[in-house]
Amino acid sequence: MSLLHYVILTPFIFALTVPFLRTYLRNIHTGWFVIFVPLVLFIYFASHLTLDIGSTPIQHTIPWIEKLDIHFTVYMDGLGLLFSLIITGIGTLVVLYSIYYMSKERESLHTFYIYLLMFMGAMLGVVLSDNLMVLYVFWELTSVSSFLLIAYWFQRQNPRYGAQKSMLITVTGGFFMLLGFLFLYTMTGTFSIREIIDSAGQISTHPLFIPTILLILLGAFTKSAQFPFHIWLPDAMEAPTPISAYLHSATMVKAGVYLVARLTPLFGGTMEWFWIITVVGIITLFWGSFMAIRQPDLKALLAFSTVSQLGLIMSLLGIGSLALHPDQSMNAMLFAGASLAAIFHLFNHSMFKGCLFMVIGILDHETGTRDVRRLGGLMSIMPISFTLSIIGGFSMAGLPPFSGFLSKEMFFTGVLTAYRTLESWVILLPLAAWIASIFTFVYSMILIFETFTGPLHLERLDKKPQEPPYGMLLPPTILASIVVIVFFFPNLLSYTILEPALRSVLPPAMLGLENGFEVNITAWHGWNTELFMTLGVILFGILLYKSLRHWKGIYEWISPKLSLNHLYDRLLEGGENGAYRITNLHMTGFLRDYLAYIFATVIIIAGGSLVWQNLLTLDTSQNAPISIYEYVLSSLLVITALFVVISNSRLFSIIAVGAVGYMISLFFVIFRAPDLALTQLVVETITTSLFLLCFYFLPKLRKEVERVRLRIGNLLIALGVGGTLTAIGLAAQGHRLFEPISYYFEESYTLAGAMNMVNAILVDFRAFDTMLEIVVLFIAGAGVYTLIKLRQSGRDAK
Amino acid sequence: METFMTIVAGILLTIGTYLVLSRSLLRIILGLSIFSHGAHLMLLTMAGLKQGAAPLVGEQTGTYTDPLPQALILTSIVISFALTAFFLVLGYRTYVELGTDDMRELRGENDE
Amino acid sequence: MKFTDTILQTATRVLVMIILTYSIYILFAGHHNPGGGFIGGLVTSSALVLLAMAYDVRTVRQIIPFDFKRIGAFGVLVAVLTGTSALFFGEPFLFQVFAEVDLPLFGPRELATAVLFDLGVYFAVIGTTITIILSISEDQ
Repeated sequence: MSLLHYVILTPFIFALTVPFLRTYLRNIHTGWFVIFVPLVLFIYFASHLTLDIGSTPIQHTIPWIEKLDIHFTVYMDGLGLLFSLIITGIGTLVVLYSIYYMSKERESLHTFYIYLLMFMGAMLGVVLSDNLMVLYVFWELTSVSSFLLIAYWFQRQNPRYGAQKSMLITVTGGFFMLLGFLFLYTMTGTFSIREIIDSAGQISTHPLFIPTILLILLGAFTKSAQFPFHIWLPDAMEAPTPISAYLHSATMVKAGVYLVARLTPLFGGTMEWFWIITVVGIITLFWGSFMAIRQPDLKALLAFSTVSQLGLIMSLLGIGSLALHPDQSMNAMLFAGASLAAIFHLFNHSMFKGCLFMVIGILDHETGTRDVRRLGGLMSIMPISFTLSIIGGFSMAGLPPFSGFLSKEMFFTGVLTAYRTLESWVILLPLAAWIASIFTFVYSMILIFETFTGPLHLERLDKKPQEPPYGMLLPPTILASIVVIVFFFPNLLSYTILEPALRSVLPPAMLGLENGFEVNITAWHGWNTELFMTLGVILFGILLYKSLRHWKGIYEWISPKLSLNHLYDRLLEGGENGAYRITNLHMTGFLRDYLAYIFATVIIIAGGSLVWQNLLTLDTSQNAPISIYEYVLSSLLVITALFVVISNSRLFSIIAVGAVGYMISLFFVIFRAPDLALTQLVVETITTSLFLLCFYFLPKLRKEVERVRLRIGNLLIALGVGGTLTAIGLAAQGHRLFEPISYYFEESYTLAGAMNMVNAILVDFRAFDTMLEIVVLFIAGAGVYTLIKLRQSGRDAK
Repeated sequence: METFMTIVAGILLTIGTYLVLSRSLLRIILGLSIFSHGAHLMLLTMAGLKQGAAPLVGEQTGTYTDPLPQALILTSIVISFALTAFFLVLGYRTYVELGTDDMRELRGENDE
Repeated sequence: MKFTDTILQTATRVLVMIILTYSIYILFAGHHNPGGGFIGGLVTSSALVLLAMAYDVRTVRQIIPFDFKRIGAFGVLVAVLTGTSALFFGEPFLFQVFAEVDLPLFGPRELATAVLFDLGVYFAVIGTTITIILSISEDQ
């Protein structure tokens, strides 16, 4: 166990103490204790910034399941460090924010923080694992904790729906991803990402290569809410706002981005990888930004905006992967710029989107609504929140002087590079990107100005709005300041975070570089195409925002029946109905049918294998002679038993069954089994008296009114079972496969000091069985007692 | 003797199975009893019959009957006693509470 | 269930004594002769069933004012404990020993821990069976 292992496990371990904190220190908000976990971890990770993690990654291994090549290997390079910093850094702020957001009195804080810590640990596990299987386990654990957090207010229906949707989609994707990992294992023989990347060159011609890409991308796309799997993210907004800020914008949805970035050295350089990721990313970017405009709920708006921004990052990673393409070695540095932009924007997005989510949370908390139609004119009442939303929103729209401007410019550079180096129709990429940016501008403006300017309608709000406590404003303020600082001093990040992370995405050795990349981000590049594109975005954005009323009608054109959500609901409904139908087909609720299945199985498997193995034998050579009274007794036995079938009288049936039992005990006498005979005799007495004691309550036996077909079926099954078991009994006579072990028990006197072998077996040789048997007996007695007595006391209590 | 007893036990098992498949709760309980009797007889028969004295050391004889199936059956007798008792009470409680002993009527509601 | 049958009741008084005595004999005879905890317990139970049938449940409760559930649990406990005690002597769970001991009145006798285990079985069977019977009879 290295320190890094403990770092991953710390949140899990700490989560165990949370219930006690909640129980014994109720007066202090649990968040004040929890906040130390991400804070300490953040400081730990930040201390690695000074180390040259890009060129000397940390790696430690604990063997786990060695036979399957599954080891708990932690590996921290620049990319892992970047994500770890975001996870713990935003985590600290989110916990701080939640202390004010989540009421100490009303909410069950312990579950909230346990899930949150579970997520934090799982997410750290995802970004710091080197073993694909371990990564997969943590990956699914993030889905589970996300599910639990979305359904945090499980009393309402919408959170349950959203939680189920996110779970189904991400876990399905995760399942395909697992398949992809297994394909990778068959190709390379290892689960270690390091070793797989080292063998990158050998597997690209393997027939499983393309399927592997598709499967793994399916996992990444579902997790990162890429089109058409993005539909779960808006519904996930039912989670408490700190969770939305943390999981569903800053960290968990970036796991897919992480995976794509992580595997770029392996798959990058193939055209399939580039096309799939870039095109899906651009479509997502476009569709997300387009759909965001129509959302009246501010959180839904941010959700679609997150979808769109994730698409942006994804497409940049796709373009950047071309740097590894053998034909593009001339332009490798240009494409590397796109990868850099992806990492940079990933960082920026976490900052401004986290800030915006927290501002929306503040609005929700202070006014009681997030509906943009009810809000307005809050500028004068909540000036600080307004300022924060301006910083976040302008950064999202890509305006200076905020960090979003820098990465947005780099994004334009990226798509333009793709257009300039590839075929001419690729012009669609920058075009789509540009239009999407206009939409982004529009919804950013909606977010800021529809809520904070315009007429104020206090009567539409549930509460009288005011600025929240400073503790709630502090986290978004920190994020907003980072957004501003990064614009003015972007190169603070260059060699601490961005360059080491870029090395993980595009290993310099693969590009023929010796000293890594030169990263220099500047705000001013002169009057180039990118700047004109930005100016166009602003111009058209303002036009569209002002004329929003006139063109909003086009959203009505999209029939709700054609939407992806509709498709999802249909699929779910169809699946459920289908499952019910199949279940109802065989689960009839009628005991007879279930027994018939069991008996049929016995007949088919046992009887079938008897016939199959040719074991139907009749060996009479060992038979003992039969006396005449044995014939008589047997005939009586059979007749009495048959009587039970025909009889319609309760009393006679019960007595007949008792008589069968007594006759059996007579047989035990004949067959030299005195213990059995005695036991059977007494048991039969007691059983019959039990039947008679219950007699008063027992139902009357009616004539069986059953359809003839069913009765014949029953008869056939009965004959089949009887026949099969008889055949087995007969076959056992003719086949002595092993020497009997019973001679051992004949030594019972010397071994156990007992003359009675049966008793010696029961209390000595196999006493364990007997002990469990009396336990079962006692449980049955307790069951009977419960059935009768507890019901009575329950009734009295009423 | 063994062949004959196997067939007798088989008949008991057949009758037991038939009863267990019926609709009446009481018949099912009785059927289960008969079925376990058949099983005991079958088990004992499989080990071979009348091939020695009762399994008590001290009987003046060379061979004993196999004590192992006897121990198994003894266990089984007691367990099936417990099972019958529980089943009986469950059955009559069902009848008293729900007013029917017909398995077809006891199948309950279709879920949702 | 309340009926009076003088002949049955008179006979029962004698019979129950005999059956109970026999059941104790059969319990301890089980080590060397047919019998043992199961049979002994069942025979005892049948004596009580007879009692309950001849008189009624209340009478049985008055005569033997034990909580039979506890007797059953006690029996299981005894069986488990005899098994566990073997662990203290470094032997496997449920290891049984026996020895010839010269007892004051009875002369040389064989004592075995297996009999203790059987005693547990005996109590478990009595406790369970009577619990079942009394529960059913009292459910009127």
